[in-house]
Amino acid sequence: MAVFNQSRRTTITLIIIGVFLIMLIRLMSLQLFTSKYGKLANDQAILRKVVYPGRGIIFDRKGRAILDNITMYDLMVTPSQLKGVDTVTLCRILNIDTAEFKARIVNAIIRNSRNRPSVFEALLSPDKYAKLNENLFRFQPAFFMQERPIRSYPYKVGAHILGYVGEVDSGMLRRSNYFYQMGDFAGRSGLESYYEKVLMGQRGIQYILRDKLNRPIGAYENGEFDTAAVAGRHLNTYIDIEVQQLAEELIKNKVGSVVAIEPQTGGIIAMATGPTYDPNDLTGAGFKQKFNQLYTDPALPLLNRGLQGVYPPGSTFKPLGALVALDEGLITPSWGYACYGRYGPCGKPACTHAGGGHAANLKLSIANSCNSYYAHVFRLAVDNPTYHDKEKGLLKWKEYMSAFGLGHKLGVDLPSEKAGYIPDTGRYNKIFRKGGWNSCTIASLGIGQGEMQVTPMQMANAMCMIANRGWYYIPHFVKSIEDETEKDTILNKFRQKITPLHIPDSSYQAVIDGMEMVVTNGTARNARIDGITVCAKTGTVENYFKNKKQQNHSFFVAFAPKENPKIAVCVVVENAGYGATWAAPIASLIMEKFLKDSLSSPKRKAEAERIKKVTIIPARILYEKRIKDSLRRVKDSIQRVRLEHEQKKRIDSTQLGMNPVLWNFPHEKKQALPMPLLVSKLTAVIPERWILKKTPANKI
Amino acid sequence: MKQDTPTIGKGVDTTLVLLYYLLVLVGFTAIFSVEFRQDDSFIQSLLQLKKNYSKQVLFIIISSLVAVFVLLTDSKFFTTIANLLYTGGIFLMLLTFVIGKDISGSRSWIALGGGFNLQPAELCKIFAALALAKYLSRQETEFNNLRSHLIGIALVLAPALLSVAQKETGLALVYFSFFVVMYREGLPAIYLILGFSVVVLFVTAILLQPIWYYLFICAAGLFMMLFFWKTIRRNFLLFFGIILMVLLCSGFKYVVDHIIFDKVLKPYQSERVLSMFGKSYVPKDPERIAQLEKEKASGKRKDYTYNVKQSKIAIGSGGLLGKGFLKGVTTQGDFVPAQHTDFIFTSVAESFGFWGSALLLGLYLFLLLRILALAERQRSTFSRVYAYSVACIIFFHVFINICMTIGLMPVIGITLPLLSYGGSSILTFTVLIFIMLRLDIDRNMILR
Repeated sequence: MAVFNQSRRTTITLIIIGVFLIMLIRLMSLQLFTSKYGKLANDQAILRKVVYPGRGIIFDRKGRAILDNITMYDLMVTPSQLKGVDTVTLCRILNIDTAEFKARIVNAIIRNSRNRPSVFEALLSPDKYAKLNENLFRFQPAFFMQERPIRSYPYKVGAHILGYVGEVDSGMLRRSNYFYQMGDFAGRSGLESYYEKVLMGQRGIQYILRDKLNRPIGAYENGEFDTAAVAGRHLNTYIDIEVQQLAEELIKNKVGSVVAIEPQTGGIIAMATGPTYDPNDLTGAGFKQKFNQLYTDPALPLLNRGLQGVYPPGSTFKPLGALVALDEGLITPSWGYACYGRYGPCGKPACTHAGGGHAANLKLSIANSCNSYYAHVFRLAVDNPTYHDKEKGLLKWKEYMSAFGLGHKLGVDLPSEKAGYIPDTGRYNKIFRKGGWNSCTIASLGIGQGEMQVTPMQMANAMCMIANRGWYYIPHFVKSIEDETEKDTILNKFRQKITPLHIPDSSYQAVIDGMEMVVTNGTARNARIDGITVCAKTGTVENYFKNKKQQNHSFFVAFAPKENPKIAVCVVVENAGYGATWAAPIASLIMEKFLKDSLSSPKRKAEAERIKKVTIIPARILYEKRIKDSLRRVKDSIQRVRLEHEQKKRIDSTQLGMNPVLWNFPHEKKQALPMPLLVSKLTAVIPERWILKKTPANKI
Repeated sequence: MKQDTPTIGKGVDTTLVLLYYLLVLVGFTAIFSVEFRQDDSFIQSLLQLKKNYSKQVLFIIISSLVAVFVLLTDSKFFTTIANLLYTGGIFLMLLTFVIGKDISGSRSWIALGGGFNLQPAELCKIFAALALAKYLSRQETEFNNLRSHLIGIALVLAPALLSVAQKETGLALVYFSFFVVMYREGLPAIYLILGFSVVVLFVTAILLQPIWYYLFICAAGLFMMLFFWKTIRRNFLLFFGIILMVLLCSGFKYVVDHIIFDKVLKPYQSERVLSMFGKSYVPKDPERIAQLEKEKASGKRKDYTYNVKQSKIAIGSGGLLGKGFLKGVTTQGDFVPAQHTDFIFTSVAESFGFWGSALLLGLYLFLLLRILALAERQRSTFSRVYAYSVACIIFFHVFINICMTIGLMPVIGITLPLLSYGGSSILTFTVLIFIMLRLDIDRNMILR
């Protein structure tokens, strides 16, 4: 019947094949010629998670861990699973009210959505952790604990040396060429920062599959593309943590610093600064608050005075002046100067001693710290007949200073070291015009006053150079890196002996003998240590603040024992008076502690206790503190009013929280409200400022 | 050719049976890959019948039993019972309006107990095919006049209309596949051309701004006048006919914008259709505008294009070679909604890439061409019409389903034959195919 329709079979076949061809072409364009879909699929389904390895541990010279890792816990919440949770018990354990509880949940939802866990309380205190751990089954699965490793300083000292880790800021991101990512933690100061590359280890990357609700569902490709995190390497340092502890206790209530170096190695034994703080305060939840408090403190506790405090060295400079003159052949150890209480040729500076013969030779001049002697010696150096020109003389002198490590950064393995300052001809030509000055005008340089500025670290290093009779290693903390290989070049510069000058040993011997006499029967007899020959020099540094003369800085440099020096020390106590009064006994105690491992006699212990108790805060700092405190009182009262106001608003938000439309609490009807509406309702009630204020606490 | 004892296997077209099981197997693997997670126990979940893939195994076994049963029947049985089945099917569809069960928005299911549900509209495809075959193979049917055309059309469109009433637009669309069958049996091509023209006009109405649309229609009218100039000079009536057609087509724009999108289709359907052409749905009906505003204000507004976006991401990310079995991240992350049923193709395309999906298309094409070849070797009109119906139903399903997943068609709930999860779907296609195989065994008989 329908035979004549046979041809229509072909038509139908062609239509079918045509349609299949269209589908095939479309598939080709989707799967072969459009690359965006692969990326879209991975973006939405694969989470790239960075795994942070444990940071390296820092050990002191006796193998004690002075910067360690401990594990703290965050309490996490998944809001969508809150149903049936015993909120009352939880609130009681955490010591919060239900309003606060609800506020935190709102925060969590806004931040991370209902289905993803967010931090409910960061870094639980040990007792809260214990209580929660016991009762956790009541709150699961909505609540769980998440480990978070944080840094810990078991000895509570060395804040300035060890530094702290903190979240990287935008500047750091840029500088690292986006090696770091937002939210990463990195060393921000101290050894944590300098040895960041060693301590941080290698970050691992985990690829995690997630579903459409953003929940993790497993490893991508069984972890084939994951890279394991490599733990940070440990650092062995020269620090003696007990000496460091003693140093910090001695300097704690004063403004100043203590630097102790091992001369043979350049290893820094201790570096304390006062006032200081407990480094544990800058870990964990309280970081921002504590940091702000330290940052705004007029006594500048964040300043590492051992490296960043710059002062004229005062009389502690005199041994260096003597060495320059001896090397230039301007004086001999037996050369003397008749001082009658004032340096005659220039009319200044004045001298503490007036009696004849207190500067009859080099040794005595050091022991008695004769200003006239060293003003003269300095003038001899500047007006050196070899150069016929005071400018050339001064430049030569500056060269010597530079060789002693003054006026430039030493290259210590800590960030933000100060260079200090040694004036040159340019500076004086600027002040006095060219030719307007002579050796007399600048004679105060000879006694370590005037325009020159040094850091305690530089002075301690200069002592090392004298103790070693002509050479030093760049002062540094780190002795070795765990599993050190040839690729670790970071320590290389600390292992090269630096011999900048070739002054004969006899010259050193003369100066050292003088320094010995300082302790035996000179200006610092209270620095004596039983059974150990100490070589030292005191300094009493005149200083000005806003052109107003302040109380003198108390300076002291020393090394011991004389024959085989094991420790070189520089102590500065700001505005504390004579060098012998405060700095000398502190330095002496530190040296004894290091050399004998403990303070030998009860008398010495009592001496240490006496110094620890004394508080010496400069008047200028006390003044600034007073101003700041009165400002704070005003601020506090404003804050209190604001808090009361917010408390009132928070009660309103509680009522909002009670609204069953918003919550899925067990006793309430379940009824979901879409997110945007929820947010708009909440933001109408809670001021934005308040939400923002909560943010940092949870983030840290 | 008379057979006394029916034996299974004798005379059965093995190619088709093989193809059938190949596709069913692909379907099982695809469903498995949608649901299986790394830490699941395969054997346990297979035995407990808790997962969809384990249920699918059960459906396949049941279908195979039914297939054997179908092969054991007498081929005359189907011609005899065709009209009865058709009437029963229509009755069942009407019954859903009374005792229907609401599953995902359409009242087209009848609960059978034990967690299983039956969708009469699915079964009605078989019955409609049988009824059409029966009607066209009647001795007295001369399929060359308008009356017989209209009866044929009414036969296939009745279940379609009922499907629309049940809000199963996708299934209704499948019944249009019978037009291709009728075309093969002598339905003038003008019906198909007209239908095609309406589709073209519809797309044009969506794509063009009103002014360009009217210009396009006028240009088309002028072109036709020039083309038929000689005829118009002979018969001036044609001139008015063309004018009338231009006016009608111009009015069609209004119908599309204000009636089809604003009244007939639901807002989400309108949005899906328009989004295919890169347009966004702007309702003109004040009621709908108000509703839209309300949705926008409450933030309740869903992204109705989410399905097709995710589907395209899954398919597109497969690339040339695919990501490998059980390694599709979009599949594993549950991103594509209804992936084990309507969007099962995405799972294949993501895991096995272009090669896999092209191979699957090839399998379907082979299946269709094989059925056409089978149809043409029938001596009986009944068998031929029925075989064509099977081919066209499968063709429409594959075409609409795959085009929907690759963004060539709006999202319509329609399964991929033999691959999609679901007892109704797989059983329907099994019965469809195996009745045809049964008829094919007796291909030399002339059935009435």
